[in-house]
Amino acid sequence: MSGGVDSSVAAALLKEQGCEVIGMTMQIWDYSSFTDEHGEKFGTCCSLDDVYDARRVAESLEIPFYVVNFEKQFETAVIDRFCDDYFNGRTPNPCVLCNQVLKFEILLRRARELQADYLVTGHYAQLVQEDGQMTLRKGRDRNKDQTYFLFTLTSEQMQYIRFPLGGMTKQEVRSHAGRLGLQVAEKPESQDICFVPDGNYVRFLEEQRGPGTMNGDIVYIDGQVLGRHQGTYRYTVGQRRGLGLAWPEPLYVVGIDAANRRVIVGEKQHLSVSRCHVFDVNWFIQPPSGTIEASCRIRYRHQEVPSRITTLGGGTVQIDFDEPQKGVTPGQAAVFYDDDRVIGGGWISNSATRDEQRGTRKSET
Amino acid sequence: MSNIYLDYNATSPVRPEVLEVMLPFYREQFGNPSSVHWAGRQVSGALEKAREQVAALFNDSPAEIVFVSCGSEGDNMAIKGTLDALKEKGNHIITTSIEHPAVLETCQYLEKQGYDVTYLPVDRDGMLDLDDLEAAITEKTVLISVMWANNETGNIYPIEQIGRIARKYNIRFHTDAVQAVGKIPVDVQKANVDLLVISGHKIGAPKGVGALYVRRGTRMSALMHGGHQERNRRAGTQNVAGIVGLGKACELALAELDEYYDRVRALRDRLEDGVLSQVPDIKLNGTPDREKRLPNTLNVSFAYIEGESLLLNLDMFGIAASSGSACTSGSLEPSHVMGAMCVEVTLAHSSTRFSLGPETTESEIDKVLEVLPATVQRLRDMSPLYNCGRTAEGCETCETVRRI
Repeated sequence: MSGGVDSSVAAALLKEQGCEVIGMTMQIWDYSSFTDEHGEKFGTCCSLDDVYDARRVAESLEIPFYVVNFEKQFETAVIDRFCDDYFNGRTPNPCVLCNQVLKFEILLRRARELQADYLVTGHYAQLVQEDGQMTLRKGRDRNKDQTYFLFTLTSEQMQYIRFPLGGMTKQEVRSHAGRLGLQVAEKPESQDICFVPDGNYVRFLEEQRGPGTMNGDIVYIDGQVLGRHQGTYRYTVGQRRGLGLAWPEPLYVVGIDAANRRVIVGEKQHLSVSRCHVFDVNWFIQPPSGTIEASCRIRYRHQEVPSRITTLGGGTVQIDFDEPQKGVTPGQAAVFYDDDRVIGGGWISNSATRDEQRGTRKSET
Repeated sequence: MSNIYLDYNATSPVRPEVLEVMLPFYREQFGNPSSVHWAGRQVSGALEKAREQVAALFNDSPAEIVFVSCGSEGDNMAIKGTLDALKEKGNHIITTSIEHPAVLETCQYLEKQGYDVTYLPVDRDGMLDLDDLEAAITEKTVLISVMWANNETGNIYPIEQIGRIARKYNIRFHTDAVQAVGKIPVDVQKANVDLLVISGHKIGAPKGVGALYVRRGTRMSALMHGGHQERNRRAGTQNVAGIVGLGKACELALAELDEYYDRVRALRDRLEDGVLSQVPDIKLNGTPDREKRLPNTLNVSFAYIEGESLLLNLDMFGIAASSGSACTSGSLEPSHVMGAMCVEVTLAHSSTRFSLGPETTESEIDKVLEVLPATVQRLRDMSPLYNCGRTAEGCETCETVRRI
């Protein structure tokens, strides 16, 4: 429970159905380090305030409520990986990792230790039993669908998880909240990373790992050095602002070569990529041999695109997009769909996209 | 099933006798004790009577008692007030690595302000080596702060011997006696203590009141500035009802100390013997010498399981225990005390404290002994560590403590 409307309604609906409900909130980060000079805390999605909000909701529902401390696990599983990704030229997606490790491994284990039958969350996604097998399908509210963050779920985990909001729209959830008299704070839905509440992830990274270690050149796609930069982790694929370069046409970051500390820039057409590689793939179907057709989503809220997926072995696949895609960003997740059903997903790797960019350029010239 | 409360080191219910003497001070005798008129006079007498009751419990004179709002305030005042008053004399504090956060965090704050702090280590049983203490003393040392008894393990520290050392080097001696008072004899004269802190809610008085003993003639700066209450030591209108309650609780504690010790000790021993004999793969945290441990406290680690899971499961049975010090947000954190004792990291995570009180009954203890072994076994059966037969990992927690 985060204290927000979704998890509160999920808990309240189960309670209403007569289930024995236990509320749990994860404490994952010591937010006291984010107290600014004036003593104000930044608002974030899962700050300590939310622990109090969740406790108030649990009290009003008259259910037992526990705060479990996962700060250490969060640091290892999410923060370290977040920093590693940035220092290796990737743009990480910590929310997926948090779901994967914190919610659906550790919290699920806690729930089972308490002899709970299910771990229930307020995610907008549907788990459907089909032919004796659990399938993950998009939430009915397509604007809210969160399956992108859930591609790591295993069939064992899915047996013990329920998403009661999957079949509802946000509007319906809000009206349930009203009907059930839930006093949930209307909070702005934060797009920020919860442990970088001021949005200044560069400062966060440099506090964690020290500044200056990734400074280097900004180069054009043909290798021509155009300028210097203050750290590859300051850049993400598709970025246009903040390059500070004079060039006849607008320049975009098209790749990051962390090994050589280079930020590679090009014109708009160089952003398009028709192929990428994905690692640590988790399948919801029998892992295919050869090539299959699927729709791919390459970032949250991306409209998935028709693609061909080829198994390369070692948990890696190659995605060939039917139409070249902009903003294929190493470190983000790629999730594969068959209509509204998730059939697999993994992490976009660096190397293959760069190779592909060179290939694309050649074909254009 | 009725609830079983075994977390008296966290807090205790207000005793009925205490509540009874407090109630008149909300309506009938509502005056401000600093007022000269009848309403103030009615109250100031009660305040001074409470001061006598508190003073009697640790054998000092009423004039040496300053009422405060809680144990943390007392500790802050004793430490910061001393260092400020003695800043010409020195800037070095000696304390231990197993103090309550009220002392530890205060010392860490002072370090940031430029003071030097030595945190004495403890052995694996959580006990101090007094040679370490003597070795740490420098010409700049102005304060020694050692708790009388530890809240997590119940270990009792050799306060009389430490008091002798402090006296020998003419260093001021502060002790956080929040856990000790009411459970074991506490005598400031015998122990040469200069500053001693107690908290009301641990001994059947309400939350929001405590007391600081300040030896006569001790120069100390105030933390709170304002009115001239408490002999200029602590500004602010007194919490009269709370103070009256604290006085009564201290009076009862003094009168019942022997009886309390014997009764609670017998129940704790019953629990300890039962747990140690019925549950395999466990470690007692704290000194095995029961004479050197508070009579009400038992702290054990259960290998292969998380203390957090055990606590939540016990809670489902209505049994309230603790993983150490209850922290601010109701979450559960690995304990710095276990870290200081070099308890292996996995065992430290499973440390569980049972602290008994005057209202604990034998049937409650028996109920715990019925529930606990089965719960531990069930959690172990689910534990990957237990099933792999892996042993606990290395002593990582030591690092955490060094950082302090």
